[in-house]
Amino acid sequence: MIDWHHENGALGVEAVGLTMRFGSFTALDAVSIRIRPGSFHALLGENGAGKSTFVKCLMGFYQASDGDILVGGHEVHMTHPRVAQGLGLGMVYQHFTLVPSLTGAENLVISRGDVPMRIDWARENRDLRAFMARMPFTAPLDTPVADLSAGEKQKLEILKQLYLGHRFLVLDEPTSVLTPQEATEILSHVRALTQAGEITVLMITHKFREVTEFADEVTVLRNGIHAGHGRVGDLSHADMARMMIGERQSQPIPDRAGTPGATVLSLHDIRALDRSGLREIAIRDLKVRAGEIVGIAGISGNGQSDLMEILTGQRSLLSGEMRVHDTPYHARRPEAQRLKVRYLPEEPLHNACAPRMSVADNLALRSFDDGRGIWLDRAGIAARAKTRIAEFDIKTRSPEAPVRALSGGNVQRTALARELTGDVDLLIVANPCFGLDFAATEAIHDRIMAARNSGTAVLMISEDLDELLKLADRIIVMAEGTLVHETPAASADLAMLGQYMSGHA
Amino acid sequence: MADQALHGRRLPVRAAALETLLPRIEAVAIPAIGLIGGFAIFAVFLLSQGKSPVEFATLVWKAGYSSAFSLQNTFSRVAPLLFAALCVALPARLGLVVIGGEGAIVLGGLGAGVAGVALAGLPSVMGFAGMVIAAMGLAGLWMGLVGVMRVKRGVNETIASLLMAYIAIALFNHFVETVFRDPASLNKPSTAPLPDGLRVGDMPVITTHWGLIVGICACIACWVLIERTKLGFAARLAGDSARAAKVQGLPVDRLIIGFMALGGALAGLAGLFEVAAVHGSANASLIAGYGYTGILVSFLARHNPLAIIPVAILLGGIEASSGLIQRRMDLPDATNLVLQGMIFVAILFSETLTGRLKLLQPGTWGRT
Repeated sequence: MIDWHHENGALGVEAVGLTMRFGSFTALDAVSIRIRPGSFHALLGENGAGKSTFVKCLMGFYQASDGDILVGGHEVHMTHPRVAQGLGLGMVYQHFTLVPSLTGAENLVISRGDVPMRIDWARENRDLRAFMARMPFTAPLDTPVADLSAGEKQKLEILKQLYLGHRFLVLDEPTSVLTPQEATEILSHVRALTQAGEITVLMITHKFREVTEFADEVTVLRNGIHAGHGRVGDLSHADMARMMIGERQSQPIPDRAGTPGATVLSLHDIRALDRSGLREIAIRDLKVRAGEIVGIAGISGNGQSDLMEILTGQRSLLSGEMRVHDTPYHARRPEAQRLKVRYLPEEPLHNACAPRMSVADNLALRSFDDGRGIWLDRAGIAARAKTRIAEFDIKTRSPEAPVRALSGGNVQRTALARELTGDVDLLIVANPCFGLDFAATEAIHDRIMAARNSGTAVLMISEDLDELLKLADRIIVMAEGTLVHETPAASADLAMLGQYMSGHA
Repeated sequence: MADQALHGRRLPVRAAALETLLPRIEAVAIPAIGLIGGFAIFAVFLLSQGKSPVEFATLVWKAGYSSAFSLQNTFSRVAPLLFAALCVALPARLGLVVIGGEGAIVLGGLGAGVAGVALAGLPSVMGFAGMVIAAMGLAGLWMGLVGVMRVKRGVNETIASLLMAYIAIALFNHFVETVFRDPASLNKPSTAPLPDGLRVGDMPVITTHWGLIVGICACIACWVLIERTKLGFAARLAGDSARAAKVQGLPVDRLIIGFMALGGALAGLAGLFEVAAVHGSANASLIAGYGYTGILVSFLARHNPLAIIPVAILLGGIEASSGLIQRRMDLPDATNLVLQGMIFVAILFSETLTGRLKLLQPGTWGRT
């Protein structure tokens, strides 16, 4: 049983000259951050800026090469994650760590370090209810976690940290899987807890909106260096962006040009079973015209990946028809080549690349069987790879390096270089920038917009609403396996989209 | 972060050379480590039995490689090993682990034996062509069936191929003892002996049957197929990432069935040569475990068809020496299996070293 009484009060944490080296590479270079007790502190930075390295040092997953960590004003040696937990430091990860088949109550109890061999559930339940009553928000305790919504799961994750008596919480992109409404609700609760002086929060995020609405202070990291810090009220979005990306010129999205042309892709009365075989995916009518980007919005798990499998011909249809250029389309290779259909599935390393094959080979996946004869044109593959690598600025040791040795952004560039080379009439993309940093995202958005402007029909399935608002001409919301709402992106109402996405409209 | 580390550096020609060279060195070094490790464990085993590992090695050399006679003995065992290993290596490039090559060998032998007798009246070229078709067809269909079960119903190909091998052996015994039994074969049920015109003779110079050279050619052809043709590229892609291959619209299912069937057909040739060059008819001598040793050969060769050739010669020599070792060292026949098993475990273990030997990673050298 945990004694709550002496565990009240937010905890201040300070890092002084924290440095982390991996071999000759310095991931974190003398970073000093002071997180006041009871503050809501945001940590901004691109991928690879050192945010997660910093947090891992704080939480004892890494031992810093140099520098000190102070918790509650006392210097501590973070030799192990258990040390951090013992001091009251907790972390909420981007992806859920709850056991899906257990209930909320069971998850909370087993997360404790001191669970006895035989659990007295009557007493635990009594204690849990008393605990919940003290909390400013609650989550269902008696439902298996698998049946909870993403928002409820995230609430439970935060409640778990509070239940464990942690008074300094690191939130690692806590809203990436939530609807805007859920995100706002949860961050409001977290903010209220910090204002009440119960906890201190350090939140890693990419979303400026969350920083300005909820955080008190913000620290920006860039290339492992402390790039800026300030009170949120004193900084504009432009200031933060400048700190984050430094002197680099961020390229504006190319202007939209041209008007949509003829229909390229049309799905008509499509019905198919989803991956579990229990739910039906039903697309009544979906058309994408040349020179427009149609965005499919939705929270992950509402049938988007099933739609992608239908579009790539990997899911058999119960009924309906897919047409490209008004001819029936089954996504077979000759059809895709003849009708100039290209794909950029999510997680390109797993879905669009052969990880152990070379960059050059991966660039040739579309074209290796062009022309007649049975022989592989190895010289041609090598020569074209060189051109593509230069043209798309793919950073690799050599064209012969396996593609899995590349960073995420460069894997995506490899896939993009392949799919956008030559004439493309229809481009189907899914979450193209998931996990990529600012610069890589910009570059990929530019390419997709450029393809649209040159007359390619683009269907873009994305869980990132900001991305869709930026790129798409039309946004269609997918929820529970069907398309539920359509709106021109220019006049899209964020709240309305969020409601449709969460199925509450 | 890795991205960051790459940013500042422009790596010229040397990096590209390392990028191709180091993986090749690694591909040889890792199975070599496994092989040496396996021998080392076996040496300890021999010592525990009061036997000398040095004497064992000397006898292997003597019985396997030292003279024309011993080489002939070795080579006659290499031929079936080559085909059996290809039956593992081809599906392996598609990410499938097949361990039931023995079934395909046995059925290939049965097909060749029966067809040879049935076509005895035809000119020998046509008769032999019929035997090849029967052997490769039957064995190819058998393994293709494993592929079909895998693709259509998700049946695990490793288990299915092994169980199918038991069925194949049972069917072989059934037919050899009933329908196709030569009434003259009293103690050892066999099919009728092949007519002389359909027997495979010895090659000139090295007095080993033609199966050896055909097997080596098959290994080279398979390497060319995988590394140099469009079909091979598609297979490598499907083996590395079936999902990526499907998004590319490639017929992954047909590739799996096709490569399984091709592997089976090649194993069928092992049966054909055993019948037509060694035993003269299909009988239980065909069930000699080449299919299982072939698994070891292919894994040692890391499923590279060219590497299968030297590895098969190595293991063929060890198999050839087992008689002498029994007599001289007073060790049971099973000693050979103990050695093979130990090497196999060591090889599987060494595979986990891939990418972990710092000296062999291009990144290690790129940073300097």
